[in-house]
Amino acid sequence: MANNNIWNGEKIRTFLLDNIVMLVFLGFVVLGFVVSDTFTPSSFTNDILVRFFRNGVLVLALIIPVMAGLGLNFGIVVGAIAGVLSIIFVRYNYTLFPGLGGLLLCFAIATPIAILFGYLTGKLYNKTKGQEMIASLVVGFFAEGIYMIFILFVVGAIIPVRWGHRMVNPVPEGVRPMGIRSSFEMGLPAEEMTGRGMQDALPGMARALNNIWRMEFVYALAAVSVVMFIFLVVRRIIMKKNPGLLTIRNEPLWAFILKIALCGAVVAFSIYSSATIYYWYYILANTPDINRLDLLPGISNFAVEISRINNVPVVTGLVIAAVGLFTVYFTRTKLGQDCRSVGQNKHIATVSGIDVDRTRIIATIISTVLAAWGMIIFLQDMGHVSTYTVHRNIGFFSVAAILVGGATAAKASVKNAMIGLVLFHAMFIVSPAVGLFFFNDGNAGEYMRTFMVYGVIGVSLGLYVWKANKAAKDKERLR
Amino acid sequence: MSRNLLEFKSVSKSYLENQVLKDVSFDIRAGEIHALIGENGAGKSTLMNILFGMPVIHSTGGFEGSIELEGQKLDIMSPFDAMAAGIGMVHQEFMLIPGFTIAENIKLNREIEKKSLLNTITSRLFGKRMKTLDFKQMNKDARAALDKLEMNIEEFTLVQGLPIGYMQFVEIAREIDKTGLKLLVLDEPTAVLTESEADSLLQAMKNLAARGISIVFISHRLGEITAVADRVTILRDGELVITKDVKDTNTLEIAEYMIGRKVSIEREICETRKFTDAEIALSVKDLHVAMPNERVKGVEFEVRKGEIFGIGGLAGQGKLGIANGIMGLYETRGEVTINGEPMPLNKTRKMLDAGVAFVSEDRKEVGLLIEDSIRHNIMFTSMNIHSEFLKAGLIDKKAIREHARKMIKDLDIRCTSEKQRTGRLSGGNQQKVCVARALTQKPNVLFVSEPTRGIDIGAKKLILDLLMELSSNGMTIIMTSSELAELCSICDRIAIICEGEVVGVLPPDASPTKFGLMMSGIKDVEEEVQS
Repeated sequence: MANNNIWNGEKIRTFLLDNIVMLVFLGFVVLGFVVSDTFTPSSFTNDILVRFFRNGVLVLALIIPVMAGLGLNFGIVVGAIAGVLSIIFVRYNYTLFPGLGGLLLCFAIATPIAILFGYLTGKLYNKTKGQEMIASLVVGFFAEGIYMIFILFVVGAIIPVRWGHRMVNPVPEGVRPMGIRSSFEMGLPAEEMTGRGMQDALPGMARALNNIWRMEFVYALAAVSVVMFIFLVVRRIIMKKNPGLLTIRNEPLWAFILKIALCGAVVAFSIYSSATIYYWYYILANTPDINRLDLLPGISNFAVEISRINNVPVVTGLVIAAVGLFTVYFTRTKLGQDCRSVGQNKHIATVSGIDVDRTRIIATIISTVLAAWGMIIFLQDMGHVSTYTVHRNIGFFSVAAILVGGATAAKASVKNAMIGLVLFHAMFIVSPAVGLFFFNDGNAGEYMRTFMVYGVIGVSLGLYVWKANKAAKDKERLR
Repeated sequence: MSRNLLEFKSVSKSYLENQVLKDVSFDIRAGEIHALIGENGAGKSTLMNILFGMPVIHSTGGFEGSIELEGQKLDIMSPFDAMAAGIGMVHQEFMLIPGFTIAENIKLNREIEKKSLLNTITSRLFGKRMKTLDFKQMNKDARAALDKLEMNIEEFTLVQGLPIGYMQFVEIAREIDKTGLKLLVLDEPTAVLTESEADSLLQAMKNLAARGISIVFISHRLGEITAVADRVTILRDGELVITKDVKDTNTLEIAEYMIGRKVSIEREICETRKFTDAEIALSVKDLHVAMPNERVKGVEFEVRKGEIFGIGGLAGQGKLGIANGIMGLYETRGEVTINGEPMPLNKTRKMLDAGVAFVSEDRKEVGLLIEDSIRHNIMFTSMNIHSEFLKAGLIDKKAIREHARKMIKDLDIRCTSEKQRTGRLSGGNQQKVCVARALTQKPNVLFVSEPTRGIDIGAKKLILDLLMELSSNGMTIIMTSSELAELCSICDRIAIICEGEVVGVLPPDASPTKFGLMMSGIKDVEEEVQS
């Protein structure tokens, strides 16, 4: 590894092969920007932010099963169902549990349900060793079946529901009501109820978590950069002093300086853009007309636009950060180490005395619980629930996102999840524009999305298996 | 050096009817290097499985006799009991996780947990396994173990990509790191190493023994045994032959003890057949085969027409790779000439077309379509390569039936009818079906690998007689077998393979000592015998 910095043909080839999915997505997003003039920096950033905070925990839920060798857990759908069930229960009794309190109750109710579901799913994975990903797909469909019986039939036929409740299917008077409506609202939060006649209404759960504290994007960006800056410096110090303690042991100086400089630049930009806004608002006492940004000189144009985004749900962000930190912390625990051993080689783990089956079940439970919480966060952001379909694409979209971030069925990290979240949803946002450009039809964007989602899963898994087979074959090569 | 650490007391073990260990007693002294040697099936692995309480022993009814450690009877029911008693083993298959660092591998499932307030709280709340690990201390311990082996590599290097010699040292370091290690078993540790790596391993073994750790050294390399071991125990056919001080013996004697004098199947044709005038049917030059665990690394030999050529040697040395490689089942490089014609390699079909047939050592996976009928098994290769048993492109059932019945009669295959599933036949009859299929191809060169493995003595004789008969009809036969006695009973010449190369070619009536020395890779047998 003496020629660490020299890029030869072979190295470029492996780099391309390892990052092909990410590069294709990046290319797609750039293409979207080039062919379309509808995106402004602010609208695009805003859309990304919304989707980032909406899906963050769901994607993070995938990391621990990958570590434990279970592959990509499409079965987070089961956790999502646990989340929806808890919301149905709390929302049905909305008079008892309004607002943020109700939402917190959702988390509390979803957790035990998800633990049970995760335990059963984990049992199934242990029975289907080597085929966990297929099992996880099927368990999602199977769980959907049971879930539908529950909300269509059991609710009403066995569990009595009130006639005329807004969540229950409407029936003529005197007929026994049965089943949950195909969609329902989560109810506006107190601060959004500004219309007439709403002053007396009970606050709902929509955006209850997000609205606790909203922050301007530039400030959030600056805060994240500062934290990142401290993290990088501390990591560098540990790396120099005691390299055995970290998984990353070799960071070239130029890479470190580049990262530090990037953090610094972001902080500087944040200061600059808020200063610009401050200047416009307070010094000139002149609200910038968003339609006349051409009046502004140069970069301040961009800076002002970015500054107008006041949409960072801090508490949701902190929850995502906490789940990410937990995942990292987990890898440093005995259980995490066992998970990694099991994930790398079940046989060696067994001979070393690790209870492989139990470890795998725990990993599945953690993933399922995180998925349930993730689903609640997802739905509180959306504000309404399509009862029968909302859980359906959760597995596919989350898996696609983490794959785009550079994860494989054998390796996934918080970094992969974060990059994937941004890149995958950027694709989602530019798809209609690309569809419009190539097919002259915005609806073709929907086709593009589907194509990209299943394409990324297919390509990633195909590449992964191809590489694994190649490695196995190389072992049988003549030397 | 005189204190006994471990004592085997009349240990016997049988799997069903098959006795694999008979009344074996010997002892291992504290701080000695004790070599254990024997052919395949001599009982070495069974003995070690007993010592480590492997499930395979207890699920088949345990063993007789007893094992004593420092005068105390040992009750080892699982490998973890053995570990607790201070007995460690380095297997031939490494138990290392490639994505982990050396330190993490050394501490695998013996990780050290951090002592902190946070850990006390989380373990109370979520269970012991949520404690964080003290990687600093783990690295420190690993460093200490590596230092004992005089290994300079950084303890936080990933195992992935380490040379094999280093991996072996990591395995040993793990055993050393376990507290109270008294006895270390090394199973063929030098087999996978280069010469210099093997040298440093032997040195490390001496250092460990000097620290008072006893070492059981399983090896077939007589040179290494005489170089490092204090005493040697020789097993043959499940029986203890002798335990001797190495300084009182030599490689020659050990080889003789290992092979023994008895030949179980007597040779029927007394005078050796001469083939010096016959044309060369098969010539192999610089053959390399990438068969896992049976690598061939440059083999050269010639077989004359009508000859039975034997290939012998210990398991894992590459003897099985030769036939598999020539038939194109594993990646192969070299030169193979059949009846004067150079053959393309890695092309099974071309070999079959040239009239080469192969009876595989792996009857159930490669040799037979186990779910299919006898008649289909007999004819399918022929049908594919010669388009036989076909009538206007359709299967000619009548021809197949007649041919199958003839084969069943000729080879005396015991079955209900030619339609019986081969999976239901006994091992010997399955083997006969394999041979019948090979014969249906009408080959001029026949490779048979382990033709008598797992079949009873009567069937054994039938198969060997059949091969003999085919040979006298002019077929060239290359027979690979782990049983030396069987090779000696019918082969005209026997090549002994060690570490992927031909050590030498011996006549069937050569002395057992010569065979024994060659199996250990000693080339200059005559010199050794004279000295």
